[in-house]
Amino acid sequence: MWEVAARSYRRQSTYRAATAAGVFTNTVFGFILAYVLLAVVRERPVIGGFDAVDVVTFTFVMQGMLMVIGIFGSLEIAERVRSGDVVSDLYRPVDFQAFWLADAYGKSTFYAIFRGIPPFLVGALVFHLRLPASASIWFEFFASVFLAIAVSFGWSFLLQLTSFWLLDVKGPHQLGWLVAQFFSGVFVPVVFFPAWLGAIAHATPFPAMAQLPVEIFLGKHRGLDLLGVYAQQVLWVAVVLGAGRIMLARAMRKVVVQGG
Amino acid sequence: MADVADDLQVYRRLVGARIRSDWQYRTSFVLFLLSQSVVAGLDLAVIVVLFSRVNAIAGWSVTEVALLYGVAGLSFGIADLLVSQVEIASQHIKAGTFDLFLLRPVGALLQLCAMEFALRRVGRSVQPAIVLVVALANAHINWTPDKVALLPIAVISSVFIWGSIWVLTSSLSFWTIETQEVSNSFTYGGQTLSHYPIDVLGTWLRHFVVFVVPLAFTSYLPVAYLLDKPRSFDLPRGLALASPVVAAVLVLAACAVWRLAVRHYRSTGS
Repeated sequence: MWEVAARSYRRQSTYRAATAAGVFTNTVFGFILAYVLLAVVRERPVIGGFDAVDVVTFTFVMQGMLMVIGIFGSLEIAERVRSGDVVSDLYRPVDFQAFWLADAYGKSTFYAIFRGIPPFLVGALVFHLRLPASASIWFEFFASVFLAIAVSFGWSFLLQLTSFWLLDVKGPHQLGWLVAQFFSGVFVPVVFFPAWLGAIAHATPFPAMAQLPVEIFLGKHRGLDLLGVYAQQVLWVAVVLGAGRIMLARAMRKVVVQGG
Repeated sequence: MADVADDLQVYRRLVGARIRSDWQYRTSFVLFLLSQSVVAGLDLAVIVVLFSRVNAIAGWSVTEVALLYGVAGLSFGIADLLVSQVEIASQHIKAGTFDLFLLRPVGALLQLCAMEFALRRVGRSVQPAIVLVVALANAHINWTPDKVALLPIAVISSVFIWGSIWVLTSSLSFWTIETQEVSNSFTYGGQTLSHYPIDVLGTWLRHFVVFVVPLAFTSYLPVAYLLDKPRSFDLPRGLALASPVVAAVLVLAACAVWRLAVRHYRSTGS
């Protein structure tokens, strides 16, 4: 599995111009969203426990995390189902879901370094950003991102497996990720949501993909509270990966391999 | 003139064929249409969430920001429907299939826009159009003849500005191939930005959207004109009336750069 992740990392590292272009885009969006949110907290200094420094830091950490957690989704597995190549994946002596999860971790490691850090650094040139106060928060943040990647992979896996039933999965793919982006706090922090909408958000796996790790980065969760956040994330990892396994088992009953 | 008429006919036929072929996959079409209106809906949801916490952003009320969203969203949606297809050029360049467009006796830009036309993108304009009407009805506007005339002119100019930005940024990929994401900064990023008064931005970025990439003309200046709002940098109120000129300049620039880009194109071969 380690080897799968390492190869996936190396594959990503070949697209240099695309990486630079992506960093540019994340940074531009960071600036736009940061300015909008700053204008909001100028009207009311603390919203949902976030002050001006929090919202700007939130925005740039979030922009850096987008690719790490893969919030725009992937169609790689779906494409292999469509073309039939999935059969060779299923023949491998490794677990299908674990294989692709390892692949996701490899990519994420690359993105964490090359897409995660630069937007934050550029943001720090213009705005006052808050770095974690202690080394332990860094460690807690990385642990939370590690779990977040599994949640978002689990969601991706579910969406992509619909390709065993649907001819064209782009519709569900797009819808599924738009909803995920909104409820994981990509456009506006979940703590800004009115109470009822926040309750809906926390009944979904999406805050566990992005909002919660960034809150940990900002030092909002300490002690028992922090354990509670991890518990939420672990729960969602279990739910989405478990649902993925059930769905895969169902799909396997449908697969008919042609050829000879 | 005969050329233009010919082109238009080709365009109509290609678009017609494309719509018929998309309609074969009805479920997919409907889901896509739905997701396009969800895109526009979520942009609105963000504005609503922000205004659930405060009564004004940079001195603009929710109705006033809704008006910005309406004008920006509607014009962006129309440009998205008609022109956003040019971004596929980079994929064709990478795959080496762009040659096909050059072999045919119709302009490459027209072919791209027609053949990759996707009716489902209509979903993106419907919602902002409704919001625009509702916001117009609720905003306190002292209607005068100049304002009545400005509104449609502003929307149409804005469509041309967005379309030009699409062509300009996509032309870049003829040189760099893999940098399509940069155009997202200007198109989708610019779109997000134009939902809010530019007064929220830092001074340098505000200069940028007025004088470099004139996004301020797509929604901010015309809407400030309608509402008689004070403008950033004390920009003259009448500047809003210049949006057709800005649009025309950008369209000419986009055409020139596109032509240069196509001339620069060397097939990847095989």
